[in-house]
Amino acid sequence: MAEPQRNVFEALGHRLIEAVWKLGYVCRFLVDILRYSGTSLRRFPLVIREVYFAGVLSMIIIVVSGLFVGMVLGLQGYSTLVRFGSADALGALVALSLLRELGPVLAALLFASRSGSAITAEIGLMKATEQLDAMAVMAVNPVARVVAPRFWAGVLSMPVLAAIFNVMGIFGGYLVGVQLIGLDHGTFWSQMQNAVDWQTDIVNGLIKSLVFGVAVSLIAVFEGFDAKPTAEGVSSATTRTVVTSALVILALDFVLTAFMF
Amino acid sequence: MDSDAFIELENVSFAYGSRRILDGISLRIPRGQLVAIMGGSGSGKTTLLRLISGQVKPDTGRVWVDGQEVNRLDTAGLYALRRKLGMLFQFGALFTDLSVLDNVAFPIREHTRLPDSMVRDLVLMKLQAVGLRGAAQLMPAELSGGMARRVALARAIALDPALMLYDEPFTGLDPIALGTIAALIKQLNDALGTTAVMVTHDVHVSLSVVDHVYFVAGGRIVAGGTPDEVRRSDDPFVRQFVDGQPDGPVQLHYPADDYASQLGVGGGHG
Repeated sequence: MAEPQRNVFEALGHRLIEAVWKLGYVCRFLVDILRYSGTSLRRFPLVIREVYFAGVLSMIIIVVSGLFVGMVLGLQGYSTLVRFGSADALGALVALSLLRELGPVLAALLFASRSGSAITAEIGLMKATEQLDAMAVMAVNPVARVVAPRFWAGVLSMPVLAAIFNVMGIFGGYLVGVQLIGLDHGTFWSQMQNAVDWQTDIVNGLIKSLVFGVAVSLIAVFEGFDAKPTAEGVSSATTRTVVTSALVILALDFVLTAFMF
Repeated sequence: MDSDAFIELENVSFAYGSRRILDGISLRIPRGQLVAIMGGSGSGKTTLLRLISGQVKPDTGRVWVDGQEVNRLDTAGLYALRRKLGMLFQFGALFTDLSVLDNVAFPIREHTRLPDSMVRDLVLMKLQAVGLRGAAQLMPAELSGGMARRVALARAIALDPALMLYDEPFTGLDPIALGTIAALIKQLNDALGTTAVMVTHDVHVSLSVVDHVYFVAGGRIVAGGTPDEVRRSDDPFVRQFVDGQPDGPVQLHYPADDYASQLGVGGGHG
């Protein structure tokens, strides 16, 4: 349909205008989701079911990744800290890196690739096989029945997954620092307790993961709902979910960090 | 509009982008009638159903269903109207994550507050009507194409709609399933007084069950009549369609450049 672009600037402008349009669609879609969220609240089992698929089934990857990230932090942190004779601060280093940055960001990236892509593919395929049309003709709003529960499930799951990631990461750091390297047990934990602040570290980290949860879930349901109803369309929508989510998570992380710390 | 017309289309035009699908169609379907709309693939038949169910809006013209102007309704009004409507999709469009029983129960559970045991009984009655009560616990992936279509039909009639829309109900069915579906469609129409619109290109089965036939080509209604009139008609379009002739008013070929010149022989003048 689109006419061939005459030069680079036109192509660039075309891209830009398309991006702005899409942003507008996404915002309107979010308003629609919020407007039709009544069903999700009245029939909460619909959301619970999606929390199971998006959240509970992501546990394995979150737990294992968290553990390994924590263990690597322990190794790297120790080898750096020991040069300055401050290996005692390893507990603080591990906890702060995880709570402030790595926990929310990595959990969100994993969540986007594991559950965001699945949500997009599922909604996209429902569209391609006319299931969404069938639902609409049965006078059941697909945004209320299909999209909103998945969106809220993602928003609810994300902070919990980030928290689990943090716990596993700290445990990994403890395994390496105390059990493997042989730092003092008491020092490790007390340094951590002294360094971590409830408001600046834990609450801000949770806020981050909540924001990422909204962003990833919105991107996932939008791309699925907006997918071209073909095999190719669903495949490229799934790719877009992962790529866009990753970029948005990192960009939002920078903005949030700039305001928070 | 006419008081006895359940569906009325007035001078409706519709285009996807620059591709014109319907070009000034007017149509009246009386209450309780079973009407077939026939035409070749891509003649805009399915679009006609989508206009009636309000899935797309006409570019010009008006669509009335049961006294309401579909293209003027807001979302709430449209959904209220659709509760009176059942639609059978070409490939069934069953929810793949729900069992057959839950698929048929879906509209009942969404729109009523009946106790679960009653929902189950209603579903089993609908499944019995399509001969699939024994398949209630299967998942859609375990069904053959014909079975899926019958389950979809059971789901479409779950709330006893006043209007049924069938999108190619006979395509790809074996003769037995085809006969069953045709008989069911006829039975629904006779027993419940359901108004029904069927989009199809299966001439002979349709002629045996419907009250009236319209032929669509090039975005227009080119012919119409009762099955008897159609069988006796000497309209070239109707004859081509009923007898399945490759030559006639309907061209098999999609519009293209001159064949010879595209192959690089004859230069288009030979």
